[in-house]
Amino acid sequence: MSKLRIATCSLAGCFGCHMSFLDLDEQLAGLAEQIELDRSPLTDIKHLAGDGIDIGLIEGGVCNAENVHTLREFRSRCRILVAVGACALTGGVPALRNGIPLAACLGEAYLHGPGIEAAGVPDDPELPLLLDRVYPLHEVVRIDHVLPGCPPPAAAFHALLTAIIAGQPPALEYALRRFD
Amino acid sequence: MNGNDFTFVLDGENIRFEPGQTIMEAATQAGIYIPHLCYHADYRPRGSCKLCTVKINGRFGSACTMPVQPGMQIDNDTDELTAMRRRLVQMLFVEGNHYCPHCEKSGNCQLQAVAYHVGMTDSHYPHFYPLRQLDASHPDMLLDRDRCIACELCVRASLESDGKAVFGLAGRGSRTRVVVNSESGLLGDSDFSADDVAARICPTGALIPKREAYLRPIGARQYDLRDIAHNAPPDPPSPEQMP
Repeated sequence: MSKLRIATCSLAGCFGCHMSFLDLDEQLAGLAEQIELDRSPLTDIKHLAGDGIDIGLIEGGVCNAENVHTLREFRSRCRILVAVGACALTGGVPALRNGIPLAACLGEAYLHGPGIEAAGVPDDPELPLLLDRVYPLHEVVRIDHVLPGCPPPAAAFHALLTAIIAGQPPALEYALRRFD
Repeated sequence: MNGNDFTFVLDGENIRFEPGQTIMEAATQAGIYIPHLCYHADYRPRGSCKLCTVKINGRFGSACTMPVQPGMQIDNDTDELTAMRRRLVQMLFVEGNHYCPHCEKSGNCQLQAVAYHVGMTDSHYPHFYPLRQLDASHPDMLLDRDRCIACELCVRASLESDGKAVFGLAGRGSRTRVVVNSESGLLGDSDFSADDVAARICPTGALIPKREAYLRPIGARQYDLRDIAHNAPPDPPSPEQMP
């Protein structure tokens, strides 16, 4: 059987979900027999393969134009897309800015906040534009499966991946289904 | 069946009840869990969260308000009702700002526990991210309206147990909010006390004591390992746990 190809990325996230995935420790050796990684911060591959990705694991919510682009690219090239962690599912901590107008957020960070020198909102064309607020993934693209948690327990990643490898619908037992 | 046969059928099981009991009371007495948030055994039922909706002789009704009649056929733990309850809980989550990862109530929260019970893993709906007023004016208690589900338990407890009427609900629909009975509208200017029954009644983290946050480590909290169906509501932290 050929290996399942998996791609991962963190949008508006903290990489904590990726760290939890690595907490599988020695179980990763067993998984490595059955999966191979495409684009991922773990491989440092910057661009998704054109097609043939089986599973995309997305951590973090959608906070800027580049996140939208990346998420849509994952959706179009991954057979199964998984929203991983509280930020991907609800916006999480970055969404705390959702009640504050974007101009006020930028003003506090770059114009009026404490300790600012050479005040000015960055407008380098290479910087992705911020969205009006932070969105959960399911408000932008269709999502096939979710792993709740902040972060999801390592065992939840294992349960999801082994179920998909076995061709079963993923199911999380009580202890692996948590919101914090 | 005769006039003295006080039994009804709940999920195929014959249950005895006392005349005048609601479905919720009779089920609870028989050790059967019906999901709920706005119901509390000590107060008159409000019937607003609709999580305790059951099928009574084929029709939907609230278990907390419907009196049992002999011979009633009631469905509670079915795939259909669980799916509907899951949607209700998801609506409660997106209508407020429920950030479990950094909420002090997480692990001891009945909203979260009911979400686990009905198998909720995602929000399903678009989030509202409403703007709501935080009230930290009280020395011992925090009122975080982001987490309020308008169950009215604090209103009822303050009125019926504490004899104070500190809280009320104002506004309608998704704009319904808890208001405080004081000149300024602030909790710190009311006669609310951390010793009030109402201070320990909130099923979410909306009305929560100060200086007790994160006392119990993850894994030792009320709903970390056990489903709410097999679990009483959380006790307040014991004195030795206090800082």
